[in-house]
This record gives sequence, C-alpha cells and structure tokens, in this order.
Amino acid sequence: MNAILLLLTALLCVAMLVTAVTAIMVNSTPIAILAAGLISLLASVVFVLLAAPDVAMTEAAIGSGLTTFLFFFVLARVRAGSEDGGEL
Amino acid sequence: MTTLAMTTGFVLILIGLYGALTNRNLLRMIVGFTIADTGVHIVLVAVGALPGRTAPILDAAVPPAEALARIVDPIPQALVLTAIVIGLGVTALMLAYAYRLFVRRGTLDIAKMTELKW
Amino acid sequence: MIRRLFVVLLLAVLGGLFLALQLGYVPDAQLNQTAAYYAEHGAGELGAANLVTAIIVTYRGLDTLGEVTVLFLATTIIGLVLATGRATISSESRRTQVSELLTTGSRLLAPPIMLLGVYVFINGHLTPGGGFQGGAILASSALLLLLAEPLRDFSHSLIATVEALSGSIYVLLGLFGLVFAGGFLDNRFLPLGTFGELFSAGAIPLIYSLIGLKVGAEFSSVLVHLSATDTTEEQP
Repeated sequence: MNAILLLLTALLCVAMLVTAVTAIMVNSTPIAILAAGLISLLASVVFVLLAAPDVAMTEAAIGSGLTTFLFFFVLARVRAGSEDGGEL
Repeated sequence: MTTLAMTTGFVLILIGLYGALTNRNLLRMIVGFTIADTGVHIVLVAVGALPGRTAPILDAAVPPAEALARIVDPIPQALVLTAIVIGLGVTALMLAYAYRLFVRRGTLDIAKMTELKW
Repeated sequence: MIRRLFVVLLLAVLGGLFLALQLGYVPDAQLNQTAAYYAEHGAGELGAANLVTAIIVTYRGLDTLGEVTVLFLATTIIGLVLATGRATISSESRRTQVSELLTTGSRLLAPPIMLLGVYVFINGHLTPGGGFQGGAILASSALLLLLAEPLRDFSHSLIATVEALSGSIYVLLGLFGLVFAGGFLDNRFLPLGTFGELFSAGAIPLIYSLIGLKVGAEFSSVLVHLSATDTTEEQP
C-alpha cells in the first residue's frame, strides 16, 4: 500500500517537473498557460496524498481553474488588439 | 514521500524563477511566477505533513481524543490556503497591469519598455 | 548572454540554499507545541470538526480578515487600472457568436454549481472546504454565465452590494465576539451545539459563509473586469 502511494507521488512529481520545463521552454503562450494550469492540477493530487484535502480543493478550484481563465481572458484581449497575435 | 514532494517543490520554484527572469514576454513571466507559487505551496504543505498520519478533520474515524497522535500539522495547511487565494489576487493584479502596459505600448516585450533602462 | 549567465548564477546560489535546507530537514515525529494545542483543544473549545477551518476562522481570524482586505484591495485596483479611459461598451462590439448548446447547457448548469458552492462553505466546519473554496466555485458559475452569454450585462451593483454587505457583517460578527465572548472574532457568542452537526461550532458556519460570499463576489468582479474591458478604442 505504502509503496503504491510512493510510486504515485514519484510519478506525479516527475510529471510536474516535465510540465514545468515545457511551460518555460515552449514557444506558444497558450500551451505555457495550460501547462501552468496542469501543474496546479497535479499539485492538488499531491496535496491529497500529503493529507491536506482543504488545500487540494483550493488549489484545484483556484490555481488550475480561475487562474487559467484569467490568463486566457487577457491573452484574448491582447490578440484582439495586435497584429502579431501577442507573440514576440 | 514528504522528502520527494519537498524536493519537487524546490525545483519548481527554481524553474519558475528561471522562466520569470529569462522570458521577454510579460505574460510568460507571469506564468513563471505562478509556477514558482505552486512550488512554494508544495514545500509548505510537505513541511507540515508528518509521515503516516491523516488529515486534520475529526469525525468517527478520528475521534477528538486520538487527534494528538493521528493528525498532521494543520497550521501550514491554513497558511497555504490563504497563500493560494492571495496568489490569485496578485496574479490578477499583474495581469491587469500587463494588459494596461500593452494598451499603452502595443507590445508585451519587456525589452521594448526602456524608461527605466540605464 | 551575460544576463542569462547572471540569472543562472543567482538561481545556483538559491538552489544551494534550498539544498542545504533540504538536507538538514528532519521530519518531526510529534506535533509542535502550537499544533498540539490546536489538536488537543480545538474540537472541545470551538466545536469545529475541521481543524483547518477552526484555525482560519477563529484562532487566526484576524489574519483572515487581513487577507480578505488584501483581496478586496487587489480587486479594487484591478477595477481602477482597467477602468481608466474605458469607452462605453456597446453590446454590438462584443463577440456574439456563441452556440445555442453552450447557452442552454450553462443555464442548466449554473444554478447547481452555485448550490454546490453554497454547500461547500456552509459545511466548512465539518468537511474539507469552506469559504475560500466555496467562493471560488461561486465565481466559476459566474464565469460559465460570462462565457455563455457575453451579451448579458453583469450587474456590477449587485456584486458590489453582496461584497460590501458580507464584509460589514463579518466585521460586525467579530465585534459581537469581542462584546459577548472572549475576544475579537471569537465564535462562542452562539451556542456550540453538538459536535459534528450542521448547526454547531458557534458562529463559525456563519462567518465562513460570509467569507465565501465576499470571496465569490470579489473573484466574480475580477473576472467580469478582465473579460469585459474594451480594447479597440484606445489603441495608440
């Protein structure tokens, strides 16, 4: 039982690190924003494994839900107002 | 398990800061900050999580009399809860200012904002 | 290139610092003194089954009040920053291409999501969840409506009224605690009730519900501001 949980944590941690590197290195801004949201979602599963259900709920609702939408609202506005679509 | 999570948190902070310091696009810098934010949350929760204990919610499974020996530290969890909410407020504030800058300049490139350059 | 080298050097120093912290970290076998007090006396003193809620609402209630204030300030500044020089938004200029499926579906889904938010913050003292999570869920139902019906004008005055009322009543309840019980934001001016029931833990469900309404109103107003600001008129 404990070994399974440890394996799960290790998998989640590796997934988070890979996603973080993707978010920093990838060229397209929408993918970077989605990757940041995915990190929050994976982190909320880690919080459940660390016996913190309150924090997990908050991270899932706020960190991966509302934050991602805020980014996309601003990105849509930026793209509407510029010719190059907000990319550098 | 806690050590693993804590290491991941520290590495996430470093990756996020690297992204925030090296990207030139303002939105990408803010993405870096949110990643660092998540890393800080993981580190704090991992400090409070004592191995082999359960969540600080008392019910039939964990009666109040046994709480002392069976629950994890609730204080870091309360702190992180507030930190997440404030984090969203700060992110929204950064995004609003980034958008305002974009409206004035027509660009999100930090290298083209030269007032404070020396 | 020199700049990037600088950044890597800085992060290497920070990483070394983190490594030292990590290597020197020994997990506690026992709860520390403060946590042990909360674990031992929290349920008996305050009657809340969820100790995290007990800490946020009562033991560290003043910090939560400060946090809600910070959130309020951030919301106000966002409104200020995005509102300066904003032209009046004509309904025609906004995006009108929304599929009927999305509109009907979100009309069906928004009330149950709102109900879930209310459930989460009313049961904050018994189960995981509480004002902040419930407020975020409320705001996400507002977000759904915002996405489905961009033409509908969100009532700013309703959001502002809910926010102002819940904030004032929150402070008022805190003062009640000061007068009728042990101190500011003390929950024991209402009866503690039976441990583990919905109407228990004194004023904690009441205070957390108000926090939930306030947080939900604040997040909704941030979303409305960021989604409804018009850009096209003020391009340089």
